[in-house]
Amino acid sequence: MSTEILHGHAEVVSEAHGEHHEGHHHEESFISKYVFSMDHKMIARQFLITGIIWAIIGGLFSVLFRLQLGYPDMSLPFLEDIFGRWAQGGRITPEFYYALVTMHGTILVFFVLTAGLSGTFANLLIPLQVGARDMASPFLNMLSYWFFFLASVIMFASLFIQTGPAAGGWTIYPPLSALGQASDGSKLGMDFWLISMAMFIVSSLLGGLNYITTILNMRTRGMSMTRLPLTIWAIFFTAVLGVLSFPVLLSGAILLLFDRNLGTSFYLSDIVVKGEILPNEGGSAILFQHLFWFLGHPEVYIILLPAMGMVSEVLSVNSRKPIFGYLAMVGSLFAIAILAFLVWAHHMFVTGLNPFLGAFFVLLTLLIAIPSAIKVFNWLTTLWRGNIRFTPAMLFAIGFVSLFISGGLTGIFLGNSTLDIHLHDTYFVVAHFHIVMGVASFFGMFAGVYHWFPKLYSRYLNNTMAYIHFWITLAGAYLIFWPMHYEGLAGMPRRYVDYSSWESFKMFADLNRFISTVAMIVFAAQLMFVFNFFYSIFKGRRLRTENPWGSNTLEWTTPIHPGHGNWPGEIPEVHRWPYDYGKDGREFIPQTEPIGKDESAHH
Amino acid sequence: MSGYLILAILALAFVVTFQIAKASEYVSVLKGEEKSFKQNNRINAALFIAFLVLGLIGAYWCNELYYKKTLLAMPAASDHGKKIDDMLWLTFAVTGFVFFLTQILLFWFTWKYQYTEKRKAFYLPHNNKLELIWTVVPAIFLTILVGFGLFYWFKITGDAPKDAQLVEITGKQFNWMMRYPGKDGVLGRKNYRLTDASNGNALGVDFEDAASHDDIEATEMHLVVGKPVKLIINAQDVIHDVGLTHFRMKMDAVPGIPTTIWFTPLYTTTQMKEITGNKEFVYEISCDQMCGNGHYSMKGQITVETQAEYEKWLSDKKPQYVLNMEAKAPAAPEMKAAADTVKAAMKPVAQVMNK
Repeated sequence: MSTEILHGHAEVVSEAHGEHHEGHHHEESFISKYVFSMDHKMIARQFLITGIIWAIIGGLFSVLFRLQLGYPDMSLPFLEDIFGRWAQGGRITPEFYYALVTMHGTILVFFVLTAGLSGTFANLLIPLQVGARDMASPFLNMLSYWFFFLASVIMFASLFIQTGPAAGGWTIYPPLSALGQASDGSKLGMDFWLISMAMFIVSSLLGGLNYITTILNMRTRGMSMTRLPLTIWAIFFTAVLGVLSFPVLLSGAILLLFDRNLGTSFYLSDIVVKGEILPNEGGSAILFQHLFWFLGHPEVYIILLPAMGMVSEVLSVNSRKPIFGYLAMVGSLFAIAILAFLVWAHHMFVTGLNPFLGAFFVLLTLLIAIPSAIKVFNWLTTLWRGNIRFTPAMLFAIGFVSLFISGGLTGIFLGNSTLDIHLHDTYFVVAHFHIVMGVASFFGMFAGVYHWFPKLYSRYLNNTMAYIHFWITLAGAYLIFWPMHYEGLAGMPRRYVDYSSWESFKMFADLNRFISTVAMIVFAAQLMFVFNFFYSIFKGRRLRTENPWGSNTLEWTTPIHPGHGNWPGEIPEVHRWPYDYGKDGREFIPQTEPIGKDESAHH
Repeated sequence: MSGYLILAILALAFVVTFQIAKASEYVSVLKGEEKSFKQNNRINAALFIAFLVLGLIGAYWCNELYYKKTLLAMPAASDHGKKIDDMLWLTFAVTGFVFFLTQILLFWFTWKYQYTEKRKAFYLPHNNKLELIWTVVPAIFLTILVGFGLFYWFKITGDAPKDAQLVEITGKQFNWMMRYPGKDGVLGRKNYRLTDASNGNALGVDFEDAASHDDIEATEMHLVVGKPVKLIINAQDVIHDVGLTHFRMKMDAVPGIPTTIWFTPLYTTTQMKEITGNKEFVYEISCDQMCGNGHYSMKGQITVETQAEYEKWLSDKKPQYVLNMEAKAPAAPEMKAAADTVKAAMKPVAQVMNK
């Protein structure tokens, strides 16, 4: 075996020829195999790699604006060389800063953690784990990717517009986003943003409908809903959330396009901008916030639920124990999905919302803490008395639980309207959502990538780089975001280019420098992961066994190089739930194994 | 130049890491996968427990460094702020307990139950009693937090006292403008279509409304210590937010939809200078809602002072209507006449308002 690995390179060629050894394969051209592919596994790879490219761009933007925050007095001439007038004198201008912040948020929330995360793992895992040859509609699935690609092209193009991309924050509240006079970023860049998002929503709907249909209709024999792995349950609820909430954002975005270009007044009323009196009357700027957050809050769970699902799976597999409280885990996912629709106005406590109405949103928001608590305690109990293997995926899954606790608890502050008055739009919020939604979801995504990389590319990622990646990222995440709570408790507002002229907020200059420095180190570690990813696709240690992690789920019953159709022969039948780890003294019992005669009580 | 040097060092570090990573993969093969797996497992388990210990020390250290720079280290400057601080501490107590409990359990378990050949994982699919406990206990704690939270919330958002001082604050890119109702206690009607900053009507006041004739406009807000104040909040162009961090108050300023908050300042600016030990202390109004390129510089100022100081400040101010009249007719006698008219016009209005 050792020689095979050491001389693995020479075998790549012969490997490629042996790619299709399943029975019913047909000849495919390069275009139909790699570009307009209808194989769910290839579409998953397309989503993942596009997501990685976006993550590099979005992460780089954060490094640039952290440079400004951490080193406000430093002039970096190379910035001017690259960005021209956006970084005059080697300093990031406010216009540039706000464009960077806005695009950082947009890219990471939508293009990376929605499309990159759901798109990758829903496509990869649904057919493989429910036992289907492909999605219900491979064609719509392909369109879903290409609409995402189109959205990406439009958003990317907006970066090069002379007046810059959208710059009003990723939440694009009108009137700022509706009035070109109010900000350069609200000129052509904003139209591009809205059109790109419209394409993105189409992509998300095509994908989501496909995911739901496949999960409900195409499960293999014996795969009842209660035998689905938690990954699939999580993806199922994610898809339902997306299908029901994204259209609302679409309507909000279209109305905003009308206000911008057709002279309507959905969001505009009584406005005097730069001395110019606008004729619009009767609209409501707050209406947009309702429409936006009706998607925006479920969006948080669209990002988080798939991560939760994958973490549940990875924790169970590597603790060599069943996930504790399977039904409670499904139930809490369901509760979170329902509550996700009923809490949007907690983003609007200080907009002048009726306080009586606000009270209901406080109650419903804090209710989410109960299913979240169930999940955390169930994860902890899954680890308890396990026999834990620290694979890189497992490390990220454990890191996810830690971050989810830290970020989830600060949600209890912000969901309570009384405290939100004080903490709203301060760095406390920045710390909260970056930990719980940003970093935690990234950890879930990393857990997924490390765990299923052998299924995606039939090779392993490099372990040592994975360990370094994990420890720098975990420590970095806490070093960056933990102290930010203190800035928030000092009332420091978000989205300021410079704090030095504020008597109330100028005392954190040294802390900001520290945070920026750590952010750059963490970004470098992510680049190392990206390198590991692409290097390992071609040169990684080769997968020698169908089931490298000793896992019960169906994807590990496919060949090492699954072709289009996944299983060479018949689709396997399922006889049990996916979490029989450590049962009756056996390390694991795959779902395909019939219940034994003298097997102890079945789940 | 130093930039390139840093890049070069980074690249070098990267190459070294990559070479080590590659080599360790070969080594693990030579040594036997089983053996290197066990070794890695032990290292990572140890790192987790080290992370827990260092993390707790780090959290303590961070608190030592930055606690005194937060607002928690000084008293809230308004009555509502005191309630918010109480709520904050209650929430800290509950979440802090849960935080330490769960994080310590998590990292302790990862260390304690790391892989050994001797142990068999314990098959435990569920336990209804346990699950019921950790559904009900958090629910009880959350009921407490919601209960206290809403109790304070309704106090804070409830109606302002009748005797509250009225101040209007209007945000526009990128500054704040204040308006005081004058002696009649009533702010004159506004119509945004009348806005004309170059002709003395930056706020779009409808001067046809006699109630506006004694309204005083200012760029700074002055408040009386111990006297409730009700802010009427407007915006002209985009959404802004009146952020009053020392008072722990905040409210969006939305074009077309006036909003309000009220609170009672508890310390004068001078007192706060003593309390904070900062001679430069000033109550700042920050814009807390992204409003464009100058968002970060949209600063206002509040001076909290005694009734006497406040009256002295106000007595120096002329109503905007009078200033506009003066500007139109600079001749002295006419101006006096105009001022008289104003006084005469105001009398009945004031009487009506006092009833």
